[in-house]
Amino acid sequence: MAEESILSDDFLRELMNVGEVDILVGLPTYNDARTVSHVVQAVRAGLLKYFPRQRAVIINADGGSKDSTQEIVRASSISDLQNAPNLHALRTLHSISTQYSGGHAPGAALHTILAAAELLRASTCAVVSPDSVNIEPEWIDRLLRPVARDNFDLITPIYRRHKFEGLLVSNLLYPITRALYCKPIREPYPSEFSFSGRLAVQMAGLDIWQQETGRIGGETYLVVSAITGGYQTGQVFLGPKSRTDQSAPADIVKALRQTVGILFSTLESNFPSCSAQGEMKIASSPDGRPAEIDTEPIRVNRKRLHQMFVRGIVDLEPVLKTILAASTLAELQRAAALPEENFRYTDELWVRSVYEFAASYHHSIISRDHIVQALAPLYRGKAYTFLTENRETSAQEVEVCVEQLCVKFEELKPYLVELWNGKK
Amino acid sequence: MWDKFVLELTQASHGIVENIARFLPRLLVMIVIVIIGWFIAWIFKVVLRSILRLAKFDKLSQDAGAAQLLNRAALPSSSELLSRLVFWVAWIGFILIGVSVLGIVGIEEHVARFFGFLPQLFASLFILFFGLLAASFFSRAALLAAVNSDLPSPRLISWTIRTLIIVFTISMGLEELGLGEHTVVVAFGIVFGALMFGLALAFGLGGQDLARQFLQRRFGRHGKEEHEDELSPL
Repeated sequence: MAEESILSDDFLRELMNVGEVDILVGLPTYNDARTVSHVVQAVRAGLLKYFPRQRAVIINADGGSKDSTQEIVRASSISDLQNAPNLHALRTLHSISTQYSGGHAPGAALHTILAAAELLRASTCAVVSPDSVNIEPEWIDRLLRPVARDNFDLITPIYRRHKFEGLLVSNLLYPITRALYCKPIREPYPSEFSFSGRLAVQMAGLDIWQQETGRIGGETYLVVSAITGGYQTGQVFLGPKSRTDQSAPADIVKALRQTVGILFSTLESNFPSCSAQGEMKIASSPDGRPAEIDTEPIRVNRKRLHQMFVRGIVDLEPVLKTILAASTLAELQRAAALPEENFRYTDELWVRSVYEFAASYHHSIISRDHIVQALAPLYRGKAYTFLTENRETSAQEVEVCVEQLCVKFEELKPYLVELWNGKK
Repeated sequence: MWDKFVLELTQASHGIVENIARFLPRLLVMIVIVIIGWFIAWIFKVVLRSILRLAKFDKLSQDAGAAQLLNRAALPSSSELLSRLVFWVAWIGFILIGVSVLGIVGIEEHVARFFGFLPQLFASLFILFFGLLAASFFSRAALLAAVNSDLPSPRLISWTIRTLIIVFTISMGLEELGLGEHTVVVAFGIVFGALMFGLALAFGLGGQDLARQFLQRRFGRHGKEEHEDELSPL
């Protein structure tokens, strides 16, 4: 069994004491003492309020926190619910905290949670980010209900975001996932999500967890596996995604590795099905609510983004030459030479660049990690253009802009197929 | 007197005929060895070329930057060059074996030295190739890291790392060949020391402003502004 090698004896003993459960909520942590208490309280309140008759367990998989995160989780698990004193448990709500081996790695935490879900035969599971400061007990209901009651296998979140937050998601991850897998999943790298027991069993048994793919990008891999494995996927609106949320890496290279690198690597085995011009399957939205966008003013240093794009194009010329087509690189160089106020990274050029990166990754033109890193300056250029074009726009106009980019990714999909097959 | 002269002449001509009679078969054997050797070396070349193409050796050498060097010198591709090298080394080996069959005094020693030198030659070529590969990989990694960290002069950083690794590799290769061992080690030490000293001076004298800016950004008032401008990409 997969869990034999990763679950410690003490953790196994605690799991055996719990016995079989209906619901498992996983909480991967690493130095989250500041926010984790509120999250545990919200999860407990959500479980007691909305699933009082189900056997439930909260599993905290910690990466070796130095700030007493585990102690806080244990204390929060036995303390009274501060915000909901009228809630009473009909069954014992178990909470277990364990420290997985091998040091902090998001994938190792997810693997531990999946292995525990398999062992406890949980039919409904969820993973909650430890620094979601806006989490409410209702989030647990919204995440778990479609899996527990409506037989969904994977539920990903939709958040209310500021229009300039999550630019990598809106300008690359969402459009490319939608184009390649014909599923409009807004958050292909979710920090909160729920899944069925059968998906957990299938994922726990994979051999990716000892590889880089599993260690850094387990969440993206899980989403792609659910889509390609024919599992029923859906989305629910959760609420606002706070700007203080530190779960997402601020380092763009790290973020690219965890998301784009994993997405490119999943194409290796899935490209035959991706390359077909499939019909767009609408991901079910059990609550029927679309994404919401905040448009409050926000301070952004666009000048720095532009400078880093221009420097990147100039300094990385020998690397970009090996990845991009000559015409694409020439267009980028022309754009980089323009004054800042005239610079625009058009949708078509951006999509062509991304597809050429994906094909170069497939053909291993150079080290794959170097290919992913070389995308960072180009992303900064696209982010600059998005910020500039949408400085004064309304929420609807931003959505139209993202939709146009998605359509461009879908239109140019044959170009990727040609590049992939080495015809260009 | 005349009879003695005729006798000596006859004996000498007999000796020459006997020597030629002894030498001709050896010459023939040598020619056969050279011809068979050419054929075997040609087979080596064809087989090696196929293996290298299957293993995508040209792509590997392109990654290492060796292909660009060869292009500049108007030489064929790496796999072609290596297979030709193996052909010539193998054929020269057979020629030397053939020559040793002739029984010429002193040749055997040279043949033995040639075969003794071959492992060193291949070891140094191996070191050189993987050194170039490492130089290309690490210089590109440094370039990408420097660009993404917004460090000044990323290409200079990348070039410095590439040059250091290549110099180090060449010195190791030459040492393996046994060519001027001490000279190479001393020269490398001097170049490396001078480079480090130069960099330390350059950083100390020229990088004062840079260091001040870095410290101000990191710990000073501007740190907060920079942080506020950061947008979460995910």
